[in-house]
Amino acid sequence: MPADTAPKATDAKIHALPKRSTARQPFPFSAIVGQEAMKQAMVLTAIDPAIGGVLVFGDRGTGKSTAVRALAALLPEIEAVEGCPVNSARPDQCPDWAQVTGSQIIRKPTPVVDLPLGVTEDRVVGALDIERALTRGEKAFEPGLLARANRGYLYIDEVNLLEDHIVDLLLDVAQSGENVVEREGLSIRHAARFVLVGSGNPEEGELRPQLLDRFGLSVEVTSPRDVETRVEVILRRDAYETGYDAFMPGWQAADATLRDRILAARVTLAAMKTPNIVLHDCASLCIALGSDGLRGELTLLRAARAQAAFDGADTVTRHHLKAVAAMALSHRLRRDPLDEAGSGVRVARMVAEVLP
Amino acid sequence: MEWDRITLALQLLAIDPQGLKGLWLRARSGAVRDRVTAALTTLPLPLVRLHPAIADDALYGGLDLSATLSMGRPVVTPGLLEQPGALVLTMAERVTPGLSARLAHALDAPRHCLIALDESAEEGEGLPSALTDRLGLFLDLDGISWSESADIVMDAKALAQARALLPDVDLPADAAAALTRAAAELGIGSLRAPLLALAAARAHAALSGRRGVEDTDLQQAAELVYGHRALPLPDSAPQDQPEPPPPDPGEDAPSETQSESQSIPEEMLVEAARAALPADLLARLTAGRAARAAKGASGTGAERGGNRRGRPLPSRPGRLGSGARIDLVATLRAAAPWQPLRRRAAQSDAVLLVRTSDIRIKRFVETSDRVLIFAVDASGSSAVARLAEAKGAVELLLAAAYARRDHVALVAFRGTGAEVILPPTRSLVQTKRRLAGLPGGGGTPLAAGMKLALATATQARAHGLTPTIALLTDGRGNIALDGTANRALAEEDASRLARAIRATGLPAIVIDTANRPQPGLAAMAKVMDAPYLALPRADARRLSGVLSAALGD
Repeated sequence: MPADTAPKATDAKIHALPKRSTARQPFPFSAIVGQEAMKQAMVLTAIDPAIGGVLVFGDRGTGKSTAVRALAALLPEIEAVEGCPVNSARPDQCPDWAQVTGSQIIRKPTPVVDLPLGVTEDRVVGALDIERALTRGEKAFEPGLLARANRGYLYIDEVNLLEDHIVDLLLDVAQSGENVVEREGLSIRHAARFVLVGSGNPEEGELRPQLLDRFGLSVEVTSPRDVETRVEVILRRDAYETGYDAFMPGWQAADATLRDRILAARVTLAAMKTPNIVLHDCASLCIALGSDGLRGELTLLRAARAQAAFDGADTVTRHHLKAVAAMALSHRLRRDPLDEAGSGVRVARMVAEVLP
Repeated sequence: MEWDRITLALQLLAIDPQGLKGLWLRARSGAVRDRVTAALTTLPLPLVRLHPAIADDALYGGLDLSATLSMGRPVVTPGLLEQPGALVLTMAERVTPGLSARLAHALDAPRHCLIALDESAEEGEGLPSALTDRLGLFLDLDGISWSESADIVMDAKALAQARALLPDVDLPADAAAALTRAAAELGIGSLRAPLLALAAARAHAALSGRRGVEDTDLQQAAELVYGHRALPLPDSAPQDQPEPPPPDPGEDAPSETQSESQSIPEEMLVEAARAALPADLLARLTAGRAARAAKGASGTGAERGGNRRGRPLPSRPGRLGSGARIDLVATLRAAAPWQPLRRRAAQSDAVLLVRTSDIRIKRFVETSDRVLIFAVDASGSSAVARLAEAKGAVELLLAAAYARRDHVALVAFRGTGAEVILPPTRSLVQTKRRLAGLPGGGGTPLAAGMKLALATATQARAHGLTPTIALLTDGRGNIALDGTANRALAEEDASRLARAIRATGLPAIVIDTANRPQPGLAAMAKVMDAPYLALPRADARRLSGVLSAALGD
């Protein structure tokens, strides 16, 4: 396009746009049609963050990003010290460098932080605050995304395309729960415990096995195959886009019910009883599947406990184990390039065999 | 006719740019494309030009370091995405996955619309699917000559009226269902497509000054939004189907009583989108997808320039910001000679006066090691004549690989299975010794060899190496993966593995060592997307020469 035809717009035209309210809530979690496994996995991590994250792999336009944004609105609020950059729960947990003076506890939404592709190391771990260094000559730390995500969620879209050195960083922090910054004359450390949520399209690249292992649960999403479901998706989305005010109240009430259920499940979880037979089942299932390491067993057990708490039970049973086995184990199997059925099917087959 | 379609698409975009999300415009830059882009001035959003190398601080705003340095106080520049705008992305075929992810995120909120000017000329280039999935409209100006085009006249007043009418346009109850069914029938998996088509139908109704969406709106919307997304039609649904299957009588009765204009003909919707498909478009799109999948695979890339890590390169003048690291010493060295002059000019007694032009940026180059994986057929049929030759070729390549410090791995298959004779190594001596000790004989478990080569390559890639598979075989696979002597099953296994290798995007080469070229092997190479070399009679030296040439060095 040559420069002389470079278009310009006038202000009058901008005002002629149809009105769309800008500050609106994301699409409600309860209003997502189908995709039960994905929703279940996200609810389980909300009940017990120690499960360690969700990986959502699937086709384009199946509501992966929609679900994560909806989750942010669904999650219960956390209590944190006002002004603390790492969302500390108590004043004595605030890092020294942050120089938090107040000690007032406020309620704020659970942080859900986006980690965009191509992000620089400085933005992730934090760096010297250039602004203060240049203007006031002070050596100060500017916290990065990991600080903001502490006690919350870190969301990586297209996680399989993430650059290797960022993946290394994340692995290190996810393992230790602490972010250590040694650069530009700074020596800083702060807590960085977060639930990792990744999404991606497997056609575009593989995920490194080390990172794969960090995700507690993994689910595969596909476009719904039957037309009725698809129509329902379109109708709800269209109602959200064009009739926001009429659409939201009902679904927000449904979200509130779900939120209460999550909070109740957190309480139940603390007193959850785990019979030995369930531990035995976990181990024999993992042995039968040949999953590497013990992380599989641990995650399977945690997820089953969270599932039991969500169902309002006081004891974990084989039934709960079966409900979460596929999402807790399918990404831990050795890959078989010829298995076109997918690893989820293999897990299901083995569950039927080992846990009759 | 085609030009009318283009004009209509632009009008709809001008009515509801945020609902339609934007336009994927495939065209070489030229007078015809200028006629289209000139019409973008009627969009009700300010146009914002982007280019594929745009930095984050330009998109999102941030501290302007150069200005801050010279002003002595923080100067913050606003980002281009801060205000709603029509983003015009030039050279969109060169957009990086990172930028496309950011733009996709920006498009998810109904604030912006994106006009992607895709100038891709060769196969394999093209817009990332994260963007093509989100943009409502697609126009291809290839093959439209100047005389077939015309200046696009956009009636600003009519468009403004349509825009005002848009919020009041009502949708008949079954319109969404009809558009969704049409998409499903065309094999469009993404659920964004029906939503975009709904927006297009509304805009079309508003353009016609109607408050209700009618059949014609739905048809036009389907044609514009679905045309380029449709998958190849299955053979079971031929276009000249004489009669639609007799509808279920239970459903038929009520639809007869409905008024003609209210019932939505789904058959017609599908026809409309079919008619708009250019002949070679599908082939081109699927080719692009395959090439992209290969390119985007993680861990590969023989050499990457960057400014983060690796072997240092000389620093360069550059702008600070978005990940660049300043080379302090080089910057001071560049600034040093000018200090007396600057002090005099600025009437300042500051110790150091640094200008933007002095700033030097650190650069690094990172190389990932290559590994050549030889999958050698050591079966009886091969052993007779060609195994010696294959061994010779591998040895010659080993010498070359040693000079380049490449890694080498050796997989052999014979009898009923395959084994890794040598895991990836740089040891020339060890490789030669193992190779010399490789016996021949037995059946040809081609599939097992390919499977093991693939596993070795995948593992190497996970370790940050760049693997290449060289398959040397006479192609007469007769042992299936499970070890049974079943030729049909063996062939099926081999072709499944060929597809699996292609799916991983690994570079591969197939060398036919049979006495006469095997057409089956050539076909398999094609499935693998690998070059095929038939070497009826060759000495080892020639084989190695051909291999080096085919692998691109």
